[in-house]
Amino acid sequence: MIGLDSLDRAIVRALVADAQQSAGALGRKLGLSQPATWRRIRKLEDAGILGGRRLRLNAEKLGFGVTVFLGVKLATKGRVSLDDFERAVSAIPEVQQVEHVLGLYDYRLRVVARDLPDFERVLRRRIMTLPGAGEVEANVLLSEERLPGPL
Amino acid sequence: MLDDTDRRLLRHWQSDPTLSPSELAERVGITSGKAVRRLARMQETGVVEGVSAIINWPALGYAVEVSLRVTLDKTVARAFDEFTAAARQVPEVTQIQSFLGRVDVRLNIIARDMPHYHDIYRDRILTLPHISDIEALMQIARIKSEEALPL
Repeated sequence: MIGLDSLDRAIVRALVADAQQSAGALGRKLGLSQPATWRRIRKLEDAGILGGRRLRLNAEKLGFGVTVFLGVKLATKGRVSLDDFERAVSAIPEVQQVEHVLGLYDYRLRVVARDLPDFERVLRRRIMTLPGAGEVEANVLLSEERLPGPL
Repeated sequence: MLDDTDRRLLRHWQSDPTLSPSELAERVGITSGKAVRRLARMQETGVVEGVSAIINWPALGYAVEVSLRVTLDKTVARAFDEFTAAARQVPEVTQIQSFLGRVDVRLNIIARDMPHYHDIYRDRILTLPHISDIEALMQIARIKSEEALPL
């Protein structure tokens, strides 16, 4: 783990907002030269702090009007069933996120669908038929905001 | 409206957001100029919102991630707005989502370790207004996290 100074933090925040800006443009905003900015970005990447990029698409404009979070409990547990479940659930294109959690449920899934009938189809044909899937709880996403976190 | 070429561009870009317009053009089999024009149009219409860097919080010493599922006191008219406004002030809250279902709001929280999480939970979360019930899911592993749309 490396210590970040205030310029590093400003760089990380700026790249979370827009990862496509050049080191030169970013440096100008922060009063840094292009090479100095580039070196800092490289250092943050090498330390694993900047872990890749995410393309932000507007799901609704692409025809995906519904996002649902599912809590899934496994009916049968054991090493084999976890592996089988994880492999099968990760292969479903509509499933965007799979987290193994500890608490009321075993897995938390983020599922995207065109509309509620489409979601019902995914739920019945693909989720409920997963190996080992037991109780499922669904919550339909209404709004979502991402915050910068403790930087 | 988007055509098949647009969708192909988005599919490639989504699977590797570091690709440049000319690299995308090559994969889709169109000229670089055409790709630039199509990508610009999709940004103008808001289909593409942007590219974000992903912060790898464990590399910054944040090893714990917890999903807090909150039920709010619905007898208070402004419960949702007041709760989310206060939750935004907690630096360790990285996501706020609202739902239709058994859960009203979900907060994603990161912490350095369990004692740190305990402090945040006791001093910053339980003091948030209008909570009627709260449930925690602790993340053990992220199995799938690319959040891609099935285009």
